[in-house]
Amino acid sequence: MAGTSTADTKVHPSEAEGVAREPLVLNDRPMSWITDRICGIVENRQPFIWWVLFVPAAMLFGLLMGTLVYLVSTGVGVWGNNQPVAWGWAIVNFVFWIGIGHAGTLISAILFLTRQKWRTSVNRAAEAMTLIAVMCAGIYPGFHVGRFWMVWFLAPVPNANAIWQNFKSPLLWDVFAVSTYFLISVIFWYIGLIPDLATLRDRATKKIPKFLYGFFALGWRSGNRQWRHYEMAYLLLAALSTPLVLSVHSVVSFDFATSVVPGWHTTIFPPYFVAGAIFGGFAMVLTLMLPVRKLYGLEDLFTHKHIDNMSKIILLTGTIVGYAYIMELFISFYGANKFETDAFHLRILSGPYTWAYYCMFFCNVIAPQIFWFQWARHNLWVVFIVANFVNFGMWFERFVIIPTTLARDFLPGQWGYYSPSLTEKLMFAGTFGMFFMLFLLFIRFLPVIAMSEVKGVLPQSDPHFPDWKKLREKRRQADS
Amino acid sequence: MSASSDNSKSLFGYVAEFPTASDLYHAAEKVHEAGFRRWDVHTPYPVHGMDHAMGLGKSWLSAGVLVGGTTGFLFALFLQFFTQVSLYPTVVQGKPTNLFTMPAFFPVTFELTILFSGFTILFGLLAVIMLPRWNHPLFTSKLFEKATDDGFLMVIEARDPKFKKEKTHDFLQEIGAGKIEEVAN
Repeated sequence: MAGTSTADTKVHPSEAEGVAREPLVLNDRPMSWITDRICGIVENRQPFIWWVLFVPAAMLFGLLMGTLVYLVSTGVGVWGNNQPVAWGWAIVNFVFWIGIGHAGTLISAILFLTRQKWRTSVNRAAEAMTLIAVMCAGIYPGFHVGRFWMVWFLAPVPNANAIWQNFKSPLLWDVFAVSTYFLISVIFWYIGLIPDLATLRDRATKKIPKFLYGFFALGWRSGNRQWRHYEMAYLLLAALSTPLVLSVHSVVSFDFATSVVPGWHTTIFPPYFVAGAIFGGFAMVLTLMLPVRKLYGLEDLFTHKHIDNMSKIILLTGTIVGYAYIMELFISFYGANKFETDAFHLRILSGPYTWAYYCMFFCNVIAPQIFWFQWARHNLWVVFIVANFVNFGMWFERFVIIPTTLARDFLPGQWGYYSPSLTEKLMFAGTFGMFFMLFLLFIRFLPVIAMSEVKGVLPQSDPHFPDWKKLREKRRQADS
Repeated sequence: MSASSDNSKSLFGYVAEFPTASDLYHAAEKVHEAGFRRWDVHTPYPVHGMDHAMGLGKSWLSAGVLVGGTTGFLFALFLQFFTQVSLYPTVVQGKPTNLFTMPAFFPVTFELTILFSGFTILFGLLAVIMLPRWNHPLFTSKLFEKATDDGFLMVIEARDPKFKKEKTHDFLQEIGAGKIEEVAN
């Protein structure tokens, strides 16, 4: 395949009649413009609004640290978790954050394997979001073990009591899945960053940035003898991350599905969780990228086409999630298991948390249906609002699954009502602070769009069609 | 040999700029045909088909990763069976620990296979592209900075057996190079 066609007269695939597509980068921007625009974000002073966002986020992060100090010094009991709801907001938030991360890997890996070239403008920021979200997620199970300094007991090393882990426990699977996910995401993100760090290194004028970018660029020279191995590494990582991302949320769902709790013990959980994770993650990518696009003038790189595509993915995955909700209800009815039927009866009709169920259903299933209409996908306010509905709804999904199920146990004598304690609320607010703070720092110090990848999808970057500009003009004249 | 070594003592090579990706692609074909060995093209993104033009084969990084992944797979099985079946069987909820509890060991096996493969990719990549190497003669070239921006550059090194100071310069001009810069060692 490679390089077999060099006929200069052929029509560029993106310009061919009938299949002409919107360009990925608008206004025929040259490569140097892309470099200047993206590196400019890092090199110039941040806009005032960056500080307006950063300061509160950093304060919330401080709150998180304070809460954690309080938690560790007093004991995990301050979370207020008790029987029957032993897993409260902590696990809700863990699943929420880890789910957010999935969109990043989907964009960087699955869309890479399926040759979706539009991913190049979004993948860097989405991957950064993944890493930050997984860090936020990791806080919850880490501190949920109670004695945080004993968290190393999770690692497969013989501990002080010479006890080995129970490898048949889904909670241990989770340890492996989440830590593998984090490490592979770091590797993927870093390998993707190397060429762009080299660009920043070559542009840097001050000593310290030049040293730091140069250090992390590892001396990248962007020669083809490096690129060819680099491309293979990238392909392999994409191929490995694809099953990995599907496995991570499947394993998270096993925490629930392998138990015998009615409402959790279902085989639909893994696909349902994965679809929900991608759904929620894309909403978060849009929530972050729409303001970034506006703030830093990236409209030519992160175009309406990207927003349109991502809205469609939200519509698709939201509908899959809706299917899963309805199928859960149907199976509980069709399975005729008394406990299952009761669990869902309580969930949707007579339980204390039915409001949460309908809240979830509206946000996740009804709200995204507006994306069937093109005007909605092209109206940034509609997209932003629906994306936030989805963020909200996906949090409620985890809330519906966890406390509402636990609050109604097998024995009515154990029934209770769960509401979060102040510590839980502060911690959740704190992780949002951490999330936004780290994302803002990412924007400040690293290229928010993968420059080397965007340059590779420009029409002028294809060596086989040097006359692309002339051909485009010809087609435009023929059209008019 | 003698002709090339005497006049290129302190010369690392030439950096030549080409106007477009297409020009560089065709130039690379010609340099490959001419039989040069110590040369490379430097572009801001991987140019499609350039491996073919330069006469390079498929990267064999994938073979290394297969080895890494297999190691991870076997290590995970060993870790779980050895500890669960022979060293410290944990019987929880009456679930047995023997060779037939295999399905419970799948998730960790899968994750460790991916984890080992991922680390093999990272370190394998750095090994085959010989990085980190923070200092390189090319970094002294002003023109070379364009390689990470919008330049389509070709570098022919002086240690190439076919390299001759004047002849190679003329050859580069002949195949369409614009600016040509000498880089000292």
